[in-house]
Amino acid sequence: MKKLLMIGWKTLMKPSGYYSLGALVIGGFVAGVIFWGGFNTALEFTNTEEFCISCHSMESNSYEELKTTIHFSNRSGVRATCPDCHVPHKWSNKIAAKIRASKDVWGWVFGTVNTREKFLVHRRSLAENEWRRLKANDSLECRNCHNFDYMDFTEQSDRAAYQHSTALASGEKTCIDCHKGIAHQLPDMKGVEGW
Amino acid sequence: MKNFNLAVIASLLVLAVSPIMYSLNANAADKETVNSVATLRDATPIDVQKEPNRIPKVVNKDIKQGRNYPMQPPVIPHTTRSYEVNKYNNKCMSCHSRHRTEKSQAPMVSVTHYMNRDGNFLAEISPRRYFCNQCHVTQLDAEPLVENTFTDMHSLMKQKTANAKEH
Repeated sequence: MKKLLMIGWKTLMKPSGYYSLGALVIGGFVAGVIFWGGFNTALEFTNTEEFCISCHSMESNSYEELKTTIHFSNRSGVRATCPDCHVPHKWSNKIAAKIRASKDVWGWVFGTVNTREKFLVHRRSLAENEWRRLKANDSLECRNCHNFDYMDFTEQSDRAAYQHSTALASGEKTCIDCHKGIAHQLPDMKGVEGW
Repeated sequence: MKNFNLAVIASLLVLAVSPIMYSLNANAADKETVNSVATLRDATPIDVQKEPNRIPKVVNKDIKQGRNYPMQPPVIPHTTRSYEVNKYNNKCMSCHSRHRTEKSQAPMVSVTHYMNRDGNFLAEISPRRYFCNQCHVTQLDAEPLVENTFTDMHSLMKQKTANAKEH
């Protein structure tokens, strides 16, 4: 076994005796493009709602709840899919999110939230993860669609206009501070600020 | 005896037929009113699927509306779409509870809502008052199906004193 490994290592370490440098460079480049394209395609595939709700626990809990909210069905027909809110758009952050999300695979394998009851038990900590993220990045995933600069306060109800033009405008609050449970049902909110 | 039997049969016959006759008469007389009763179906025949009415918008002006009678639960002047009131949360109370009204400037729920049925005060809203929508409802921007002729006590009393002065 050790001998076999040594043969492989020696082959890798040897300079190319047969292939031209050009072939290696061009071949390496093409292979790189294919690899990168494939990687991104696979990554994008994991960034679709279809992929998210291929798990039972996502489909029958998160997705079912989303269906009743304004982020699913509304007057203008624009809707948010899972990754719109749960995956950062920026590449480096997206990779970080994906690495973090690999923990979900563990949960899936061991059925951490595979029933409604278990899901409800974990809901508070799951929600807190998302609140923490959105609080830390100033509700970036909200702002990917809802741009403060183009908000027309005159189109909002009086209360909304007041809050948005004061607390939100001054940066004292961010979207998630008030808008919790807008796409899924809330956990037990005991002890949460503002409840 | 025979005469008596005849009388009994005749009277039974009258008794049996009279409701039918009455209803026939009533049908003829009430046909107009029956068909004009205001319903969501607008008197569409039973075998026809009615084109549904437009769903009216919820009034969202945040302007308090007057009460129609002394004990009327105040109506909600804003939308409550997807407000959760369940065993985990009460979204209404996140603004209207005693310790939130300073921040929210929303009307505080009355002290009676913190009392149990024996009149003892509880720290939290009483379970029997928990489901706000049982009494407090949003208002729709819709024409009433039937005219409301309700007159509240104050108007009645005003009228009474006005009448008394006239005489």
